[in-house]
Amino acid sequence: MEQRLTKNFKVKDSHRLEVSRAQGGYQSLAKLFQMKPEEVINQVKEAGLRGRGGAGFAAGLKWSFIPKNSGKPVYLTVNADESEPGTFKDRYILELDPHLLIEGIIAACYAIGAHVSYVYIRGEFYFPMQRLQAAIEEAYQAGLLGKNILNSGFDLEVYIHRGAGAYICGEETALLESIEGKRGHPRLKPPYPAIVGLFGCPTIINNVETIASVPYIIQNGVQAYRAVGTQKSPGTKLFCVSGHVVRPGNYERPLGYPLKNLIFEDCGGIRGGKKLKAVIPGGSSTPILDANDVETVLLDYESMEAHGSMLGSGGVIVLDDTTNMVDALGNLARFYAHESCGQCSPCREGTGWAAKILDRMLSGEGRPKDLELLRSIADNMAGKTICVLADSLSMPIWSYMKKFRGEFEAYANPNH
Amino acid sequence: MFEFTSENLAEFQKILQRYSIKRAALLPALWLVQKQTGFISREAMLYVAGLLDVAPAKVYEVVTFYTMFHQKPVGEYHIQVCRTLSCQLLGSPSITEHLKKRLGIGLGEITTDGRFSLVEVECLGSCGTGPMFQVNDEYHENLTIEKVDKILEELK
Repeated sequence: MEQRLTKNFKVKDSHRLEVSRAQGGYQSLAKLFQMKPEEVINQVKEAGLRGRGGAGFAAGLKWSFIPKNSGKPVYLTVNADESEPGTFKDRYILELDPHLLIEGIIAACYAIGAHVSYVYIRGEFYFPMQRLQAAIEEAYQAGLLGKNILNSGFDLEVYIHRGAGAYICGEETALLESIEGKRGHPRLKPPYPAIVGLFGCPTIINNVETIASVPYIIQNGVQAYRAVGTQKSPGTKLFCVSGHVVRPGNYERPLGYPLKNLIFEDCGGIRGGKKLKAVIPGGSSTPILDANDVETVLLDYESMEAHGSMLGSGGVIVLDDTTNMVDALGNLARFYAHESCGQCSPCREGTGWAAKILDRMLSGEGRPKDLELLRSIADNMAGKTICVLADSLSMPIWSYMKKFRGEFEAYANPNH
Repeated sequence: MFEFTSENLAEFQKILQRYSIKRAALLPALWLVQKQTGFISREAMLYVAGLLDVAPAKVYEVVTFYTMFHQKPVGEYHIQVCRTLSCQLLGSPSITEHLKKRLGIGLGEITTDGRFSLVEVECLGSCGTGPMFQVNDEYHENLTIEKVDKILEELK
């Protein structure tokens, strides 16, 4: 299959402008500037590009929500806060092909009429941030950023904004708060950021991978983009495989690709001759799949939903048959308890209590009523808060307890 | 008393140009403080509040919200071991235990010579190359006990 996002990853010095250009980098700009902004939005809409950060919302449709002639500046903020456990793809785009991202930023900003873009990078990604900063400087020097890009009359400034350690800042409105110099507290919606976003102005927030997918669409058109993937989930996506596989790593595959092939062919199967027990398919918040599901599920939004889970961010965590599922859920509960911003009581209290109960069960002091209690906590968090962080723990609690009930019952009745 | 060095003050002035409101320069300004002194003291918070015309409490609430901002000094080499699921599956707890033993400190502590501090942190986005830790700004991936020993030797 033709690689679109990762084609330069193995090219020596792929992060440098001259190498990027030798590989065809920035060629889409000539086509871009011949199109009207609405045409760019329509092309991305027709290509069917869906947001790669986790939610899968149609990117072109999102762009079309920017009000015309609001009289206010428009912003593009790129979400490089990559922090959903199991996800490590945007980091490699930043490190190995930062110019692909910049090319996509130019196209997206041109389409929505933005002249300033902020790339929000999680604070821990120091090396990827340096790579992107160097690439931005190269692009300015080559006239690819700044005033009158390639004599198109289009101006664009791109800045990096460094986060400082907070998972919640990957939530798009928390990210905006963080750029504005505040705690990462998600905002109530509506109004959506496309209407009232950064500094109160219309703003689009897109994931790194989403933006990096745009140049191919501009350069090669809708049909070429849709040549792989499925009708409702066209194109390719990066899948990050971690956990108990022989060859973990990033794999660019067409949407609709069988999860089984990814794990057993591409990643060489389960390490140490063990058996597959379960897979978290789209980052830590997505409902878990068991070995039976893996036989039939495809890596696209619809098939995942039909199997009771979600494609999410593409962070595939593979668990072998030695994995203790109560321990795995306890680990994630501690994660969400640590990362809850504390704004909404159901999440602040619920994630903490879930973590405490699971820790107690793991220490051998489980009680028969713990399972009911965990379920009640999950039920009382989901859908009752400003953002979906609480749901991100509720979904694992429900699905792990349903699929691996026996293990949880054993810990809830340690003396039986 | 805290104030920026003239070099950092110039950098701060440059950062201000990127934003249409002053307060947006808060996180970058705090990064500059931490670069200058290794942590963010109460005095530094007051200073930054003055530079940005915001209430000191607004600066304090930001410093305490983000885990990478330190309110007291950390070791010369600040080791952050990822403890989230993918790394745990591949043995991060044994890496942490080994570090505690080798350094003779617990989580959140600093060696008496001030050289090393150790903490566990949540997912660092390095799940395919776990177990891993971060020493200051640098990632060390695919760790084994032998590799950890080698890294510690090199830092000594």
